[in-house]
Amino acid sequence: MTVTARPSERHPAPSDSPAAGAAHPEPGFWRRYVFSTDHKTIGMQYLVTGLVMALVGGLLAYAFRMQLAFPGRPVPGFGPLTSAEYNTFVTMHGTIMIFWVAMPVLLAGFGNLLIPLMVGTADMAFPRLNMLSYWVFFLSTVVLLVSFVVPGGAFGGGWTAYPPLSAGTHGTGGWGGHLWIVAVALEFVAFLMGGINFLVTSFNLRAPGLTWFRLPVVVWMMIIAVLLFMFSVGPLIAGAVMLLLDRTVGTGFYDPAAGGDPILFQHLFWFFGHPEVYVLLLPAVGFVAEILATFSRKPVFGYRMIVYSVLGAGVLSFIVWAHHQFIAGIDPRMATFFSVTTILISVPFAIVVFSAIATLWRGSLRFSTAMLFAVGLLAEFLLGGVTGIYLGSSAFDIYAHDTYFVVAHFHYTLIPVVLFGGLAAIYYWYPKFVGRMLDERLGRWHFWLTVLCFNVAFLPLFIGGLAGEHRRIFDYSAWPSLMTPELVTLRRVATVAVIGLILSQLPFVWNLFRSWRRGPVAEANPWQANTLEWSVPSPPPHGNFAAPPVVYRGPYEFSVPGRAEDFWPQHVPS
Amino acid sequence: MAHATPLPQARPTITGVPPGRMALWWVIASEVVIFGGLIASYVLFRVRMPAWGESARHTSTALGAFNTLVLLTSSFTVVLAHQAALQRRLEAIRRYLLATIALGGTFLVVKAIEYTTEIRHGFTFTANLFWSFYYTMTGLHASHVLAGMIAIAIVLRGALRGRHLHRVELAGLYWHFVDIVWIFLFPLLYLAQ
Repeated sequence: MTVTARPSERHPAPSDSPAAGAAHPEPGFWRRYVFSTDHKTIGMQYLVTGLVMALVGGLLAYAFRMQLAFPGRPVPGFGPLTSAEYNTFVTMHGTIMIFWVAMPVLLAGFGNLLIPLMVGTADMAFPRLNMLSYWVFFLSTVVLLVSFVVPGGAFGGGWTAYPPLSAGTHGTGGWGGHLWIVAVALEFVAFLMGGINFLVTSFNLRAPGLTWFRLPVVVWMMIIAVLLFMFSVGPLIAGAVMLLLDRTVGTGFYDPAAGGDPILFQHLFWFFGHPEVYVLLLPAVGFVAEILATFSRKPVFGYRMIVYSVLGAGVLSFIVWAHHQFIAGIDPRMATFFSVTTILISVPFAIVVFSAIATLWRGSLRFSTAMLFAVGLLAEFLLGGVTGIYLGSSAFDIYAHDTYFVVAHFHYTLIPVVLFGGLAAIYYWYPKFVGRMLDERLGRWHFWLTVLCFNVAFLPLFIGGLAGEHRRIFDYSAWPSLMTPELVTLRRVATVAVIGLILSQLPFVWNLFRSWRRGPVAEANPWQANTLEWSVPSPPPHGNFAAPPVVYRGPYEFSVPGRAEDFWPQHVPS
Repeated sequence: MAHATPLPQARPTITGVPPGRMALWWVIASEVVIFGGLIASYVLFRVRMPAWGESARHTSTALGAFNTLVLLTSSFTVVLAHQAALQRRLEAIRRYLLATIALGGTFLVVKAIEYTTEIRHGFTFTANLFWSFYYTMTGLHASHVLAGMIAIAIVLRGALRGRHLHRVELAGLYWHFVDIVWIFLFPLLYLAQ
């Protein structure tokens, strides 16, 4: 048979040749901004979707916090909140903030934006798979939002979806629950496709000279985060399939009456759920490393130690999950094992925090907004980390677990990581991807208001929790011992501060939009940093690099003695 | 037309592993933990529930063993297809990939006969927890067999025109994975009585 060149074969398919993009003519509007295979556009799509969902998640928090502070009174802008709506809002707040804000912004958004540029390639290894990943994620977002308006409302069984409550359809929304499982499953598919892309790109498409230990720390962190996600999500997918079957077909996997076991779901959920915490934390650790080095004009302290520590923590993170289940009646011997591993995992993360502090030590510090948020992350995360050590001990956890102490601990880990970490990254890389500088004065206002409101909102929860304030209660007026004037005041202070925290983001949103058009034009390397993304114009053109870059040194050669400049980009020969 | 060069698309990579093959290994890794979670859940129940042996006796070991043979044979044919792809023998690729699809189809038909017989005897999805696991695990596996057949058909379509021959190996990798999952399911669900 003869093989003739078909028209479609003249151009190699994108998946076969990422470098081919540079030679193509500029695509039209739809190809460029909507159905784009460019990693920068896809990263922006993830980022914008995540930020919009953050608004949804924040408004849900506003509504249920108002109910807690002023029980029974109509919530301004929402009207009165029923107990079913309260459950729905708490569930969806958690689901949205973890899966539709933290994951898309920190990992999918910035991973897409940064990895190809930082490893010195034109695009991801599989650009079309990358586009598919975003659109599956978009579909999952639509499914989740649609679940708010189906009969029975959205899912209200908690973001952890514990059976037996979630396995029945009563009280947890019939269709709402089904759609919740479908949306989460679609999202996992999207992130698995994206994650495989991240791995192959950073394994295979690194520029010549870019050895493993010349990679920026943030790329390492993204790789480890993807590996953790990939190896932990499978059991939850299996568990979700069983949950959906329990709900729809009527199987009894989690039904004790049918011989099933509700604790099984807790194991499958937290086997994923705990590594997932580090999936969110690690990209933020990476952002902090980049930002601290740049604004201290010093190399990251203990680069290899950070990588090894996090690899070790990654392995450990697979054997700590049952610390979420100390009160589920697990065997005390098992509880002891998981207490030990949980407290042990604080060691590698302490090494990372100390390395970050040592990076600052005697640096030429410059407190840009990005730097403020990075340092703020370290300071605030410490409180979340230290209270995590208390809770890791089952003896303490059994008393604190169902109180607001756990809520406070959780938010002191995830708000620094997601909000502070995400904002630090946005302030740092906005000039690169938009081509304009953000306003630093508005940025400082944004930072200080955010820090203030965040602490006023969540410190009271530690106090209330230790005073016995039980969580998962819709209306405390039914519990006189929890309606003391002190506790009521604490709840109201926290609620007002949550409103303040939401309003504190207004200067940021204004800054984003105004600087988009009117900000000072950003040069290629406004922060005088070393990694490869700063070697190309801002914003980088389609195809990123005019010529394939060659890497000559590590990413943090700052203040090298004998050099006129205090930075030494990776791609500069000498 | 027949080139002496083994395969096109030999874009050099740092690791020396072609991107497609590396991506496929990661796909398999992420799938392994899905089946792993399901199998681990089943095993943890199974060791506590000796009574499940009674239910397991109602599965058809003969048909299961036949299906094991069918899948193992299909793994053999897909390896022959890979060999043919390395030598760019398009006709042989066509023959062996079609054989693989046919064997996959045979597996699904036999599985459907098993399901029908079992449901007729009252062993439905919700009969008891053993049967729930049985249908969930074999059903998830069967959907992977179907997905593999579709993937092989797509690869075959390109291969007939001499395009993307490296994908024959990738389809084969995935097919082996589907085969290996069955190697775990067969003793767990059929033999352990």
